[in-house]
Amino acid sequence: MPERPETFHQISENAFEVIERRVSPWERFYGNAALRKIVLLFVLAVAWEAYARFLHNPHLFPSFLETVRALDASIRSGAIPRAAASTIVLLLEGYTLGLLLATLLTALANTTRIGADFLETLTAMFHPLPSIALLPLAIIWFGIGEKSLIFVLIHAVLWSVALNTHAGFRGVSPTLRMVGRNYGLSTAGFITRILIPGAFPSILTGLKVGWAFAWRTLIAAELVFGTTSRSGGLGRYIDERKIVMKVPDVFAGLLTVILLGLLVENLIFKTLERRTVQRWGMEQ
Amino acid sequence: MTAPLLRVEGVTLQYETPQRLIRAAYQVTFEVLRSDRFVILGPSGCGKSTILKAVGGYVQPVEGRILLDGRQVQGPGPDRVFVFQEFDQLLPWKTIRDNIVFALMAGKHLQRAEAVDRAMHFLKKVNLTDFASSHPHNLSGGMKQRVAIARALAMEPQMLLMDEPFAALDALTRVRMQEELLELWNDTKSTILFVTHSIPEAIRIGNRILLLSAHPGQVRAELNSGASSAHDSAGKELASRIEGILFDHKDGDFHAGAS
Repeated sequence: MPERPETFHQISENAFEVIERRVSPWERFYGNAALRKIVLLFVLAVAWEAYARFLHNPHLFPSFLETVRALDASIRSGAIPRAAASTIVLLLEGYTLGLLLATLLTALANTTRIGADFLETLTAMFHPLPSIALLPLAIIWFGIGEKSLIFVLIHAVLWSVALNTHAGFRGVSPTLRMVGRNYGLSTAGFITRILIPGAFPSILTGLKVGWAFAWRTLIAAELVFGTTSRSGGLGRYIDERKIVMKVPDVFAGLLTVILLGLLVENLIFKTLERRTVQRWGMEQ
Repeated sequence: MTAPLLRVEGVTLQYETPQRLIRAAYQVTFEVLRSDRFVILGPSGCGKSTILKAVGGYVQPVEGRILLDGRQVQGPGPDRVFVFQEFDQLLPWKTIRDNIVFALMAGKHLQRAEAVDRAMHFLKKVNLTDFASSHPHNLSGGMKQRVAIARALAMEPQMLLMDEPFAALDALTRVRMQEELLELWNDTKSTILFVTHSIPEAIRIGNRILLLSAHPGQVRAELNSGASSAHDSAGKELASRIEGILFDHKDGDFHAGAS
């Protein structure tokens, strides 16, 4: 072995930890998720427009611009805002009731063993059952109208929220549970201050899935029959325009359904996610 | 001579797994005085963590009793605050400051303003004032443990229960944390019950060391430690005495651990 001297070095005082670097415009653009998605949407719209013009059959497949014009006209006439409002109000009612029931079931499942068995059995039975399959029964029980719709909405929301919350509660780490008990929290305090925030990633997933189920169930149910007491929802709007062969209006209705879905996902749920689980480092 | 703060009298602990009933500790007896740094030292499987959990009130003894200040321990409570080995003992949805504030408001029923003052005071003691408004996931493992210790001290419990709090840290951080803990103890003179499987750590931290054997945990010896380090002459002598006692025994499954 050759002889090697020991070495010592002076530590530099001005080697800053953070090194600044100029970000190119392309990097800045590519780093922005919203911008990326907008470009994607734009590309899709152009493809749609091009294909529709190539097909040249506005009665079967209207172009993007025709759809936008139909949407604009329906918004001005107030038909789509009325339909959307009616759908959203109904959806919120059903969603809220579903959440309340889910909270009740999960609280029961968390406090007693038989409650947990009850929830697990019910979820296994009803979660796979499409809500819309309950509509005939709902009509017999509640008649044609809002009550039937709310019934199927509750079914659409309840199981996914309850299932995810229950799974989330069970996934809260034993250490956190012991910390909570160390503070001498009451059962209610333990659930609201430790279990719910600890299980929030799962709960949020349940809320999202429940929202999506409720949304598609309601549109489908409205296609079967509109709400009679109010102006009729978006599903009803689409169905009526189909009967008179106003295909651009049908497209406009579908586009509204899609846009509202995107809006809720990106504004409400994304914001909630950013303010909670991402800020807490529980999800990347 | 004042009465001991904690008396563990002939305590036997068992826990169930789906396959069988496991006896973790058998007729363990010891006393902890006020301001003791009492270390429970033993190999893995000696039931030391289970004993600590029993003192914490999470596990009920099947035999014997545990008295804190003359009263039998019934369940977990804010008069005995735990510091765990796991880094996830901080609530991830609260900032560092609010983790302590929440503990003080929930456990000691302090008003918010008072709790915030006290939280900041103890964060200063562990040199984490700059991180008060960060969330735990932005901190390193050592910092998280310091927050957990600050939180425990802020609650001013009758007893601090530390379950290998430095075991998951790297060796260098570990030595620094041991020093810091001793400095904090000099300040507060809190009673500490400290579990470890590292002989050097036991010698460094403890003024009294309880040696346990494994399967099930039984008391082998109770020693005094005046040494401040396992590397000075008194410490070396104590370390070899401890090794003699433990390795004489039937189990060889012992990890000396780092530092």
